Amino acid sequence: MATVEARGLKKYYGEIAAVDGVDLATKDGEFLVLLGPSGCGKTTLLRMIAGFEAPSAGELLIGGEIVNDLPPRARKIAMVFQSYALYPHMTVFGNIAFPLKAQRMDRAAIRKKVDWAAALFGIGHLLDRKPRALSGGERQRVALARAVVREPAVFLLDEPLSNLDAQLRASARDELQQFQRRIGTTTIYVTHDQVEAMGLGDRIVVMRAGVVRQIGTPRDIYHEPADTFVARFVGSPSMNLVRRDDYLLGFRPEHFLPRGVQGGGASAGFSFKVTRVEYLGADRLLYGTLAGFSDEKVIARLPSTVSVSIDAEKTYDFAVEEKELKFFDAKTELRVAARPL
Amino acid sequence: MDAAVKSRPPPRAKATGVVLDSPRWLGPLFIGPAVLYIALLVGLPFVMALYYSVSNTTTGGQTLGYVGLKNFAGVIGTPKFQTALKNTFVFAAISQAIIIVLSHALALALKKDFRGKRLLRFFILLPWVAPISIGTIAWLWIFDSTYSVLNWTLRMAGLIHGQGFMWLGIPHLAMGSIIAVHVWRQLPLATVILLAGHGSIPQDIHDAAAVDGAGFWRHFFQVTLPLILPISLVALLFGLIFTFTDMIIIYNLTRGGPYDTTQVLASLAFYTGIAGGDLAEGAAIALFLFPLLLAVALAFLRIARRTEVI
Repeated sequence: MATVEARGLKKYYGEIAAVDGVDLATKDGEFLVLLGPSGCGKTTLLRMIAGFEAPSAGELLIGGEIVNDLPPRARKIAMVFQSYALYPHMTVFGNIAFPLKAQRMDRAAIRKKVDWAAALFGIGHLLDRKPRALSGGERQRVALARAVVREPAVFLLDEPLSNLDAQLRASARDELQQFQRRIGTTTIYVTHDQVEAMGLGDRIVVMRAGVVRQIGTPRDIYHEPADTFVARFVGSPSMNLVRRDDYLLGFRPEHFLPRGVQGGGASAGFSFKVTRVEYLGADRLLYGTLAGFSDEKVIARLPSTVSVSIDAEKTYDFAVEEKELKFFDAKTELRVAARPL
Repeated sequence: MDAAVKSRPPPRAKATGVVLDSPRWLGPLFIGPAVLYIALLVGLPFVMALYYSVSNTTTGGQTLGYVGLKNFAGVIGTPKFQTALKNTFVFAAISQAIIIVLSHALALALKKDFRGKRLLRFFILLPWVAPISIGTIAWLWIFDSTYSVLNWTLRMAGLIHGQGFMWLGIPHLAMGSIIAVHVWRQLPLATVILLAGHGSIPQDIHDAAAVDGAGFWRHFFQVTLPLILPISLVALLFGLIFTFTDMIIIYNLTRGGPYDTTQVLASLAFYTGIAGGDLAEGAAIALFLFPLLLAVALAFLRIARRTEVI
């Protein structure tokens, strides 16, 4: 077991900062997700933790020890790549055994360990196959088995589910989480998929342009976004943000409901001009604008249990519970304290 | 425009249109020049050589009589031929062994990112691009009996005293010199082929090996080498065939001397058939290794196809 800590970590490619001063620390055994759009520096950060890229500045600690100058193999880490990076000329057995051979473990012990890892992922019957004779899901399991077999202190996972089809991805996500809980190894997981991040992470690190925008539990990230970027990036449809004077008002589409439908707390009313209605089965999405605010598009998500009839091109009285209203500074886009509307 | 005119194009344009639109004509039209080229400049001489090798023809003579395998039988027993045959294999084996090791090392080095990498790659490729005669003339000076820069360097380094080596005058040194020049000349191509092979290995695989704890040797021998083996075999095949059939370095450096001790089959065939005028015997010598080369080529291509790549 170990923790990973970054202190003021930076990575420049020429003038461009891929990672621009990241401070974060995992807890022991934690599942930490790095989330952000393409090019936000999350993969570069992971590659620095792995030791493939040398930081331009800052310190990196694994298990309390500074590892800036240690090569990947000395960092007690294991990594699962987006492409799985299985050795194509080796059998599944050879692939899983490779890290053990590198440790000069004896044959009998290797056999035992490989069997253990293969059983863990249910791939015992595939040991004699070559990677190209495996399906995507099987390859992913082999990659995971190869990662766990030498019992690393930290797991690094780089979008390991992105090459699977949607159905397989859901079940693989479930298995991955169960497996991580069982072995309790600190895990850092990179993804651009917010659903994956919300579903898997103990905590999520939201990154943008090489900078950490927020670190928090999925609940924090979703309900208490630190700035408008996090607010927009997490959630689908994303948080409504409308401007008035010097602030931005944010609220989630599912909290924006016809007056009288929401719970008992105090609520703020809005006059909502609906321009379009989208029927999605479980939900109805209503698109429109708010009177008294900037004319950004606002979305309301009505569960099918709300049967109020709504038509396009009409104006309705909608409301949001006051505790669900988030305020952001219009200039800095950072979260500010609630204020009267 | 008048519809009647439009529907009746001039007959000439129609004819070319038919040819260009029809795969039946277009295919042969495109492939024709290549087939003609190979048939006339490779196929015909090859067939002629095949016949010459079983005839009694000479460069000046008018006769073209069939003599069966007499040329082969006659030449095989001669010490000259046996030396050349032995030299051919020694030349090929040693030079290819050196090239394999050096080209892998060079490709590994050039794969890394560093300043001036492109310039260095260009310089390394130069021996392959430069006309071989010019290169060899420079080497002639390096190996010169009186002005040898090699001897001068050795003398200055205090390693030898007095005259120095007759690089091209002593059989083993001459062979060594020829191999050195051949390696110098072939190394670039092998390196470039291997670099292409390295480029086809995804970086993730190397990263995985690094994380999995493989050191330099394990990484190279268990991950990198198996993955570029197919393309290495192609490089080796090119090298072998080129070495077995090339004589230009020997021609320029030693003319097969001293006393035919650096003759290989290709150069011996030239000196016997063209310079010596015995076309028939020259053809027999030249064709002697053809079955072997063909077998080697087929075997290599088969292995390369079977070897698993990504």
